[in-house]
Amino acid sequence: MIDYGKVLNPTVVNDIKPSGIRKFFDIAAGMEGVISLGVGEPDFPTPWHIRREGIKSLENSKTRYTSNAGLIELRREICNYVSRRYGVEYAADSEVLVTVGGSEGIDGAIRAIVAPGDEVIIPQPSFVCYEPIVRLAGGTPVIIELKAENQFRLTAEELRGAITDKTKLLVFPFPCNPTGAVMEKEDVEAIAEVLRDTSICVLSDEIYSELTYGGKSHVSIASVEGMRERTILINGFSKSYSMTGWRMGYACAPAPIIAQMTKIHQFAIMSAPTTSQYAAIEALRNGDDDVTTMVAEYDMRRRLMVNGFNKIGMDCFEPKGAFYCFPSIKRTGMTSEEFCEELLRSKKVAVVPGSAFGRSGEGFVRVSYCYSTDHIKEALSRIEEFLREI
Amino acid sequence: MNTKVLKILADNARCSIEDIATMTGLSLKEVTDEIGELEAAGLIRGYKAVIDWEKLDNASVSALIELKVIPQDRFGFENIAETIMKYKEVETVYLMSGSYDLCVIVKGKTFQEVARFVAKELATMREVTSTATHFVLRRYKELDVELVDGEQDDRGAYSL
Repeated sequence: MIDYGKVLNPTVVNDIKPSGIRKFFDIAAGMEGVISLGVGEPDFPTPWHIRREGIKSLENSKTRYTSNAGLIELRREICNYVSRRYGVEYAADSEVLVTVGGSEGIDGAIRAIVAPGDEVIIPQPSFVCYEPIVRLAGGTPVIIELKAENQFRLTAEELRGAITDKTKLLVFPFPCNPTGAVMEKEDVEAIAEVLRDTSICVLSDEIYSELTYGGKSHVSIASVEGMRERTILINGFSKSYSMTGWRMGYACAPAPIIAQMTKIHQFAIMSAPTTSQYAAIEALRNGDDDVTTMVAEYDMRRRLMVNGFNKIGMDCFEPKGAFYCFPSIKRTGMTSEEFCEELLRSKKVAVVPGSAFGRSGEGFVRVSYCYSTDHIKEALSRIEEFLREI
Repeated sequence: MNTKVLKILADNARCSIEDIATMTGLSLKEVTDEIGELEAAGLIRGYKAVIDWEKLDNASVSALIELKVIPQDRFGFENIAETIMKYKEVETVYLMSGSYDLCVIVKGKTFQEVARFVAKELATMREVTSTATHFVLRRYKELDVELVDGEQDDRGAYSL
């Protein structure tokens, strides 16, 4: 008999925790009539003209590997896009890598930079993948607990307090899943000021960059003086063009970093899906109007939801990015997990416990507004009933 | 003018004033005034439900009729179009470019009833030189609303 305890990597077995929503997934799977506000992906189908280009590429037998870094036409379009939207210039032939979703870019960036013993600063609540990947690389995650009173922004002071002489990388995840927090120009400048004279790199996860509200566009930290040379900009097509299933992302960074990431990508992945790459070219060339339309729709839902939570007495700061609200549940006296489980069992409404995104998410729940307004209103009225009854 | 209000109503005419105000960031009064002005100016002409009549047992039938018409002195197509639109059987009247002049959508209880209306009322008009009747067999989408049960939300209840 094989002893799996001895076979498996102890780092994976012991140091990597299963996802904080698995339990809820199982409960919901056995229930009828669940109304969910629990997903992290758009409800819109991929715009038809983008799907059509994917189909056309199949019809034209574009079914082979592309170059490791991705189709050069796509990399050129990515450079154009990042330049026109965020004002940062990259060279298509040496500073861009097309990846399997933003996730692969995050993985590759961390593996290219972090060696055993290095510290990586991760602000939380934030997306769940950074900490496990850092651990797999042998690095040490250093968590900054972001605060509701700062609208879950990262402050220069918090960052300064977390830096040691072992700090190698800062994960910079804005607009933020799950809080909806954004970093505005002056916030980003303040962070840049702390980093400017260090050799600390920045993993800027900008997957929600198109989804900002209230008239201010996303500011990429790579566009701030002195930051481009140390920043790995991660972005992709999933959230902005509603293309989650296509698994299309990219990393932009100085050539020496992209060269190492491309090596890892070449051995682990070979090349990102070819069909998706052709669709992605179309998205960047002709997809601006789709993004504008979807953002306008998200914005209306966002206002409806924030207003709804405040009306039923759940404190909810106004999220300015992504597609989530992050209301406080502290007045119920429950933990996030208890709240989500009770709400699911008694009202069949699915929301995600804030604690799934780090300890500092305790006392909050993540509520997605990737749903129709009717759906959102029905869920809100069930949550209101729930609050009255507990 | 705030086209946001129009867009919301075009999508869902039953959306409440409160929700429109919340979603646009306007005040209740601003929304009420805006809608009042849009109605007064004739931009908003009505509020109707999109109904899949085929779900009823005694569903009605519709036909699209192509009419060729001799335009009249001074009035062109106006008079004849306005005469046709007065019939209660007529749902839609468009002046068209191309090989015919007026597109008329007619509704009736049965095929016979529609055919009789075309033969008796439309074809006999002095200005009408020919008609071609196309019956609707199935509706897939109407006023932006899909009438076939299409894609389901396959996202599951939770994802991070």
